[in-house]
Amino acid sequence: MFSTYKNPVYEYIKSPDQSADKAVHHPVIVVGAGPVGMGAAMDLGQYGNDVLVLDDNNTVSVGSRAICFSKRALEIFDRLGCAEPMIDKGVTWNVGKIFFRDELVTQFDLLPEAGHKMPAFINLQQYYLEEYMVDRLNQLETIETRWKNKVITVEQDDDIVSLTIDTPDGKYDLSCDWLIVADGANSDVRAMMGLESTGKVFKDRFLIADIVMKAGFPPERWFNFDPSYHRGQSTLLHRQSDDVWRLDFQLGWDKDPEEEKKPENIIPRVKAMMGDDVDFELEWASVYTFQCRRMQRFRQGRVLFTGDAAHQVSPFGARGANSGLQDTDNLIWKLKLVMQQKAPQQLLDTYCDEREFAADENIMNSTRSTDFITPKSAVSKYFRDATLELSKRFDFARKLTNSGRLSDTAVLLDSTLNTPDEDSFEGDMVPGTVMSDAPVVNQNAKQWLLNSLGNHFTCLIFVNSVDDLSLSELEAIDTLQREEIQLVPLIVVTEQALTTIDDIQILAETDGVSKQRFDALPGTTYLIRPDQHVCARWRSLDADKVRQSLLRATANL
Amino acid sequence: MDLNTDSNFHHPHKKVFRAYRAGDDFYEALIEMHQGLSDEDSQRVNARLILLLANQIGDLSVLQQTMDAARKDL
Ligand SMILES: Cc1cc2nc3c(=O)[nH]c(=O)nc-3n(C[C@H](O)[C@H](O)[C@H](O)COP(=O)(O)OP(=O)(O)OC[C@H]3O[C@@H](n4cnc5c(N)ncnc54)[C@H](O)[C@@H]3O)c2cc1C
Repeated sequence: MFSTYKNPVYEYIKSPDQSADKAVHHPVIVVGAGPVGMGAAMDLGQYGNDVLVLDDNNTVSVGSRAICFSKRALEIFDRLGCAEPMIDKGVTWNVGKIFFRDELVTQFDLLPEAGHKMPAFINLQQYYLEEYMVDRLNQLETIETRWKNKVITVEQDDDIVSLTIDTPDGKYDLSCDWLIVADGANSDVRAMMGLESTGKVFKDRFLIADIVMKAGFPPERWFNFDPSYHRGQSTLLHRQSDDVWRLDFQLGWDKDPEEEKKPENIIPRVKAMMGDDVDFELEWASVYTFQCRRMQRFRQGRVLFTGDAAHQVSPFGARGANSGLQDTDNLIWKLKLVMQQKAPQQLLDTYCDEREFAADENIMNSTRSTDFITPKSAVSKYFRDATLELSKRFDFARKLTNSGRLSDTAVLLDSTLNTPDEDSFEGDMVPGTVMSDAPVVNQNAKQWLLNSLGNHFTCLIFVNSVDDLSLSELEAIDTLQREEIQLVPLIVVTEQALTTIDDIQILAETDGVSKQRFDALPGTTYLIRPDQHVCARWRSLDADKVRQSLLRATANL
Repeated sequence: MDLNTDSNFHHPHKKVFRAYRAGDDFYEALIEMHQGLSDEDSQRVNARLILLLANQIGDLSVLQQTMDAARKDL
């Protein structure tokens, strides 16, 4: 097959650990250098924690797999310092179109409002994404990555995790305080520990082909139900970078995957879809059966499961890698506090509670999409087709049409880390939600609100002007900065920020956007977690209340 | 009253954060209702469902509009 991309080869280097007399100990080891394992490693390494990454391979994803990366994943990548090359290389898109029997029935715009740094989605081949992540890993001296290091045994007791690693130079042992498992859907470590990921397999097959062609189609997601060139099934067309296009063909359960994978069988399908005269090269193809499943508990003592190892979804909502990155976003700040002994280990159980809830939501949405695309019974096919027929005429049916509910964030409404509202607020910035981005100004320079947050708790305070801050508020701000758990004040003023206060970042509103998104009457105070989730909010600043909520948000209460 | 063809699915006492959520909750329940039924039993259940929903709506002018909309284009 043709190739627009050459997989880099990362050198296997023998580590001194391999010749040590006994197992060398590391604070944190990450198994797997896929998007999720690398996300975890960066989140630790970038803030000064030593971390060792082990991967059984020596390159990035072979073939593209994931292509759609969501706004939230990009916001996380931005915090980790690698979003820029992804956005530069990726294809930005917001619009999805749905066709039924060749006719456009509905379309959606995923980011209808302005004032966010990140687009709703970019499409970027997984290999590029991983390559940029490896580049970032290599910039961080705190991170050591060992390629061609395959974890083959894992054991743990209350205090330590012990591993055996296989390499081109033979086996060696390691130990660690915490093991982050990100070794993918068929997790070896999960199997070694006798654990399972359970759920359901969908009885359908999909041919996924990446082709290279020069075509004038816009960068939109085109989903076709029952098109004339592929009767009774569905197809998807989506643009990636380098003039590579992702094509999905639903095949049905009775098709032979080995036959369907052969180029001589793929090419006629592509021609039927794209037209006989279109010039293209086949870059990569594979036939998949999809499943939705998860592990019962993501934490097993000192072993923490993340990404596809912990949960797996069918790809119609692009909820795989995107949700895996939200796992590590959630996990790492908690792990750091536990390692610093500033929070009890129970904080790690809230990683499970919150991310298992999110996994269930992702599985639910992906299952619903797959069921809509692949109706399981005669009656469900009738309803599906009726929905599509009515969608030509009626709004409600357009909204029911489900070709994939694209990755969004779970709202952790019931998290025990939240402080329930005691004041009343409008809008969606409830405790448990990822805070919204907004354009702001920092001393005449344009900036984004999310970029203004560090990797610590933030006390976000909205006032009309700095001069409005009372003495007691200034005192409160001062005492909060001396908490054992790092808490940094950030003030957003609705008027020009003329005054400055020592060591405190003061931002000015732009066009009332943050004021509106946060329902920010003067005095409104939000407590924001290191993973940018809102965990408490009030109409006025009260240091004691903030402190209580901070303790609650770190499982110290 | 005119037939409402805008999306109207909602949970009476629950806030949901995504526009598609309530509709998808309904659709799943609808398909779930047919779980394990023969095709013929599914038809019977559908007929009962239509009658129950029709009685809930009650307004004959709205009902006539729904029937016209359903029959159209066949
Ligand atoms: C066709 C298709 C389309 C998809 N589209 C999307 C999409 O658009 N958006 C999206 O977000 N997701 C998508 N996904 C899902 C996405 O690819 C996965 O969710 C993502 O790759 C999971 O990342 P991970 O890091 O958890 O695991 P993986 O990417 O599987 O990485 C696991 C790593 O662990 C290593 N490893 C395995 N075993 C060991 C061992 N014993 N020792 C050491 N290392 C080991 C492997 O070499 C690998 O590098 C798609 C998937 C498919 C198949």
